[in-house]
Parts: sequence; C-alpha cells; structure tokens
Amino acid sequence: MEVIAKRPESLTKTPFTYCPGCLHGVAHRLIAETIDELGLVNSMAGVAPVGCSVFAYKFFNFDMAQAAHGRAPAVATGMKRARPDMHVFTYQGDGDLAAIGTAEIIHSANRGEHISVFFVNNAIYGMTGGQMAPTTLPEMKTSTSPYGRKVDDIGYPIRAAELLATLVAPYYIERVSLLSPAEIIKAKKAVLKALTYNKEGRGFTFVEFISTCPTNWGIDPVKSKEWARENMLPFFKPGCYRDKGEGVE
Amino acid sequence: MAKVLMKGNEAVAEAAIRAGCRLYFAYPITPQSELIEYMAKMMPTVNGCFLQAESEVAAINMVYGAGGAGKRVMTSSSSPGISLKQEGISYCAGAEIPCVIVNVQRGGPGLGDIQPGQADYFQAVKGGGHGDYQLIVLAPSSVQEFADMASDAFDLADKYRNPVLILADGMLGQMMEPVEFKPKKTDEEIAILGEQHNSWCICPNQDGDKKHHHEINSLEIDPLVLEKHVIKLYEKYAIVEKNEIRYEEYNVSDDNEVLCVSFGTASRIVKSAIDELKGKGKSVGLIRPITLWPYPYEQIKAAIGPKVKKVYVFELNMGQMVDDVKIAVNGKVPVDFFGKVGGIVFTPAEVEEKLEKCF
Amino acid sequence: MKTEIICAGFGGQGVLTIGKFLAQAGMAEGKHVSWLPSYGPEMRGGTANVMTVVSGEPIASPIVSYPDVLIALNQPSLDKFGPSVRKDGVIIIDADMCPHGCKRDDVVKITAPMSSLAKEIGNIMVLNMVALGVLIGKTGLVKYETIEADLNKYMKAKNPDLLALNLSAIKKGMELAK
Repeated sequence: MEVIAKRPESLTKTPFTYCPGCLHGVAHRLIAETIDELGLVNSMAGVAPVGCSVFAYKFFNFDMAQAAHGRAPAVATGMKRARPDMHVFTYQGDGDLAAIGTAEIIHSANRGEHISVFFVNNAIYGMTGGQMAPTTLPEMKTSTSPYGRKVDDIGYPIRAAELLATLVAPYYIERVSLLSPAEIIKAKKAVLKALTYNKEGRGFTFVEFISTCPTNWGIDPVKSKEWARENMLPFFKPGCYRDKGEGVE
Repeated sequence: MAKVLMKGNEAVAEAAIRAGCRLYFAYPITPQSELIEYMAKMMPTVNGCFLQAESEVAAINMVYGAGGAGKRVMTSSSSPGISLKQEGISYCAGAEIPCVIVNVQRGGPGLGDIQPGQADYFQAVKGGGHGDYQLIVLAPSSVQEFADMASDAFDLADKYRNPVLILADGMLGQMMEPVEFKPKKTDEEIAILGEQHNSWCICPNQDGDKKHHHEINSLEIDPLVLEKHVIKLYEKYAIVEKNEIRYEEYNVSDDNEVLCVSFGTASRIVKSAIDELKGKGKSVGLIRPITLWPYPYEQIKAAIGPKVKKVYVFELNMGQMVDDVKIAVNGKVPVDFFGKVGGIVFTPAEVEEKLEKCF
Repeated sequence: MKTEIICAGFGGQGVLTIGKFLAQAGMAEGKHVSWLPSYGPEMRGGTANVMTVVSGEPIASPIVSYPDVLIALNQPSLDKFGPSVRKDGVIIIDADMCPHGCKRDDVVKITAPMSSLAKEIGNIMVLNMVALGVLIGKTGLVKYETIEADLNKYMKAKNPDLLALNLSAIKKGMELAK
C-alpha cells in the first residue's frame, strides 16, 4: 500500500494537547514537515515558550528547551552561540513574544541572531483562559477586557512583523495566515523560506501566523476562521515585510 | 607562571577563560564593570563568545540556553542585577543547568549604593528565586581565591549539573593583589569538557539515532512527577553537602576565648583584629566558611573550644548569617553579631574593640 | 614588617597610579601586596584615594585604618587622613595644593611644592611620580631600580619621552626626601 501522508519524522508520537479546532497543530506540522524536507532533523533544536504551546518541547522530535515566559529568543541565542553548527528556532505566542518578551525579541532580531522565530498570533491568551493579549483587537472582549479593549486606556494591538521590520538586521520577516487550505500552503512557503535561510546561516528570520482560538473566543472552529478573516486580517495584514534573499524555490 | 597584579574582577574573568569558559553573557553594572570589559576584550582572542545582553534577564536566559547546550558558560553582575536574574537562576536549578554566576555585591536594598556589601547572603543561600532549590555558593576572600574559584566553580557545576554562585563584593572586585593563574586549558581539553554532557544536553544527533530527543526543561505538570524531580534534586544536594563543604580555620585553638565566624572580605578585617589581640595575649579564633552552601555547621560546632565564652559573627549586612551560626552553635554558647551596612566596611580597629569587650 | 600607605588627592592627579607602582614593585621584590582604591562617582573629578599595603607576611585586611605613610596631594585629603597617620609615621604633602598644611608634630612631614616642581620638570602629569620618589627616598620601601624596570617594561617602546620624564620626576622626589 502506498503511503500518501504520514507523521513527519520531526514530530514525536506524543499526541498534541491542543483544543479542538486550534491551529497550533497546523503550525507545528508545517514546521516539522519543512525540517524533514530540508534534512535538518539531526541538527535542529527548538525552544518552547510559556503559553498554549508550552509543551512543544514534547512534540518536536529533536532537542528542545523549554524557556521562561518571553525569554525564548534569549535561550535560543545562548544555544546558537554555544552550538553554531546547529539550527535553532523559537516557537512563541502573542503574550510571550509581544508582551513579557518584547525586549528579548527586539534585541535578538536587532542582533540578527541566526535563529528562526515562529510567532502564533491569535489575539488572546489561551492557556491562562482567555485574557487580553498585546494583539487583542480594539473593542474585543476578553476576561480581562470584559467591556472590550479600550484603545484610549490600553493602546492598540502591537503589529510584531511591522515592528521588527523597522530594524536593519533581520533577514526575513513575513506574516501569513492559517485560515484556509490555500493560506496554509502559502504559510508553508514562508516556513520553508525561513528555515532555508536558517540552514544557510543567513540571519534572523521571522514568520507570524494569524491563527484562531475557538475555545476562548467562544466561537466554533469554522466560524472562528471567518471571524479572524473579517477582524484580524484588516489590522494584521499578511505579506512579506522583509526579504534580503533572492527567494527560495 | 609568574604572579601578576590584578583586580579581582579581571582575575576571575581571566581564570574563567583559562578554565575553558568560552561563552559569557552579561549586562554592565558597577562595581563589576571590569569583569564584563575584560571578557569583551579577551573572549574574541580565544574564539569565545562575548555578548552584552539587553538585560540581566536576557543574560541569564542566554546562560540557560548555552549551559543547556553543555558548554561552560558564565554571567556576572552586582546585587540589583542578580535580583533580576533570579527567575532564570531558578529555571537553571530546576533544569539542572551547569553554569557559573558571579555576584560582585554592593549596598542595598533597591538601587542601594555601589560600595561593598554582603547583604545578598539570604538571596544566595536561602533561595532568591522561587521553588525548592539550592545553589552551590562560594565566597572568596582574596583576589587569588576569587580567581581559583572560577575553575573550581565550573568543575562543581559540571560534576553536579547545578548552577554555582561566586559571592564576592565590590572590595574584592576593585582591589588588586598578586595572582598566580592555573595553566590554560587547551582547545582539546575544552572539547572533551564539552562532550561530557552529550547524553542529556542540546547537541547534534550525530549518529542519526531516531530516539534522540533531549529536553532542557523545568516544567513537570504532573504533581507526582514534579515531586519526584524535587526529591531527586534534594538527593543530589545531600551528596553536595557530604562532599563539598569548604572552610578555613584561623588561629583556632583550645585557648580561644572567643570564636569568630565571618566570610569573604569581612573575614580579612577580622583576621587583622585577631592578630592585634594575639599581640596583647588574647586568644580569638576564626572560622571562615568558604562554601556558604553547603554550610559548615558541624565544623563551626567542633571549633568551639573549652574556654570559648561567645561566638561572634562579623558581616557586612544586618546579620543574615547569624541564623546559620546559631544552628551550628545550637545553644552551646551565646552568639553575638556586629555588622556594617550601606556599603561601609568595618575597620580592624572597630572589630578589635568589639572583641576586646568579650574579655 | 608591614607598611600601610594611603595616597589621596583629586581624581586625575594620579594617586591610584602611585599605589599601583608601589604594589607592582613590592610584588616584584617578593613581598605581599594589596591595592584597594576608592571607586565610583567620586573618582570622576572628586577626591580619590588608594590604600596600599606592602608586607613580609600575608595581608589580612586591605583596609588601612592607621597608615604608616600618607601622600596628600590636596588639602581635603590631608585633613581627612592626616589625623589617622601612626605616630612617627610619614606625611608627604604637596605644598601647592595644601595651603593650610598639617598641624601634627609627632610625625615626619615632608612638604614641598610638588605641582610646581612637576611643571618645571616638564609636565604637571608627573606630580604623582615626584610624590612616589619622595616616598621611596624617605622610606626605602621598594627600590628605585625595581620601579625603573617596571616603567621600562610599559613605556620604553611606546613612549620613551614620557619614560624619561617619569624617571626624572621620581629622582627629583628622592632628592627632596634627603
């Protein structure tokens, strides 16, 4: 019998712990498949964040470190500097990267650390139960913005890709979405680009995934994708914000 | 090798490089700036990594990453910066990351001042970060000892897979004394050191073993598993307590009428006072804990001679070590304390005066 | 035998260097030495001091309460440390910078317009070397030759003119001590 789909070698057999309809599994799979395709599984190391993907260290089938909240880029910096022959990435959520870890992401990007950062933005804190994130949209209700996010009081959502694109050093920055099969195929291309540049030692690469949180948004998985398309994409515009390379086939 | 005259801050940096440290991450702060500056200058000459981090927090997490990758790594700071590192230190202890942290202490609390102090004793030996854990804590009292401790600290960190803290102070960091360095480890020796952790650390999967999956982690979500992990840590700490207690006795004898306990630079002032009193026919002994954790409880108890009327603790803080001395003395004789704070260092004359009143 | 020295003055007068040369020379002659500077903002233009100990025995406290020798290159330093100098100790005073002098009569005082002398030699910067010369001339704590060898090591190749200037300043100081 011909095998047409199988678990990537870069994923362990540990079942994902994500909610039904969550897109973390999709993002994990894209990363794992790409690492397989690039033949990097034996030289890859990742850093898991604090947040819903805190257990990512169990899911990827190579060496993984679990970092303190927001500090994944610093941990990745230490790992990469200690093992320049390895390929290092971080996997971070919006609270981890754009709130508590703002300093670490900006400075690792600014140093042009030779790491890849995969950033999953779903506009909410998932693991702690639906609190306001730095990427929560204006007027969006969460458990800590029960009357809606008031921009006069707490400011506007942070656009991480655009923010990092103001820096000189980063090699590649792109925002993609995971809201349909076509978008997922596009996202895969961005992951491939980031990890290829990583493999080639070109510099700092960053991919932001626009994702959903059906559980904490209180919207079913199918409708949550529509909601994200209508509400998130106009503010967080997909696109390539930096590409210093010639591109990857 | 001939002796060289060097500041403590520079000597510990040089000694760390000689001991095979090739990764150093830190943030500038007085009075340890000569340490970071020395590393900035010297690391590139040995193909090492010097990185000035964006914060103390980032620096200790870089240490977590590099130590997790099995390489000798160091960070350093002074008191307020060490407070910032505490989260990362707790993670390093939980994930059993070998690494060396140097604290060139200054006056506190808060921003305090930049003069020498010893007020981070509690933070160093009783926790500092969250959770049940211990650091191995070494307290040097001379520039030579400060330098020697660098290689000792790396050896202990590697042996026990545990963070080691060298608790110095501004005086030791700033003063110059002659130092004789140990020979430089060769690149070959450093490579061997780097391989000793390959069974658990972040490293390439060289033989393509499909089961190769090392985790650097302090998270155990299952309470039963976490309990096991903490108990395992404490079994390790018990071995450290059994094997690694270090201390110095100075003028300890059966004639002692007072026994002093003092660590780090403060102990040197006490020694001067003891010498002066010796000239006056008054016998005072000193126990200087070199490891502040594990602590030499039994050794202090054993040093209390038959004529000792009092155990006197001298520190540059408000008496943070007194509790540990009381545990050691266990009510046998009274325990008294004299200290200076705010970055002020007591003089030999002041200590002598305190001791003289005991006779 | 232990000699405790305090050198004090304004930041920029080179007092820390006096201590450093003493410690370096003491070490070269096989003695135990320690060098403990004041540090922090006061060093930037304010008063600076350094405590140096040279001893035949291991040094316990590097902190000097009662110096055997004081070099005072300004009046505030003389006022601050003058009273603590041991009886029969030595106080070396730059008369240019210490207009009020020192009232002690139980110590050996060497007072000379060292700043002016340094200018005569060629550069106010060598004031500290004049003071160092006075100290070794008076106390014999370390040998001139040891300091010369040390200076040679650091300056001969890089800056031979400055080396000559420094050495003549030290010699001038030694003459003053006679």
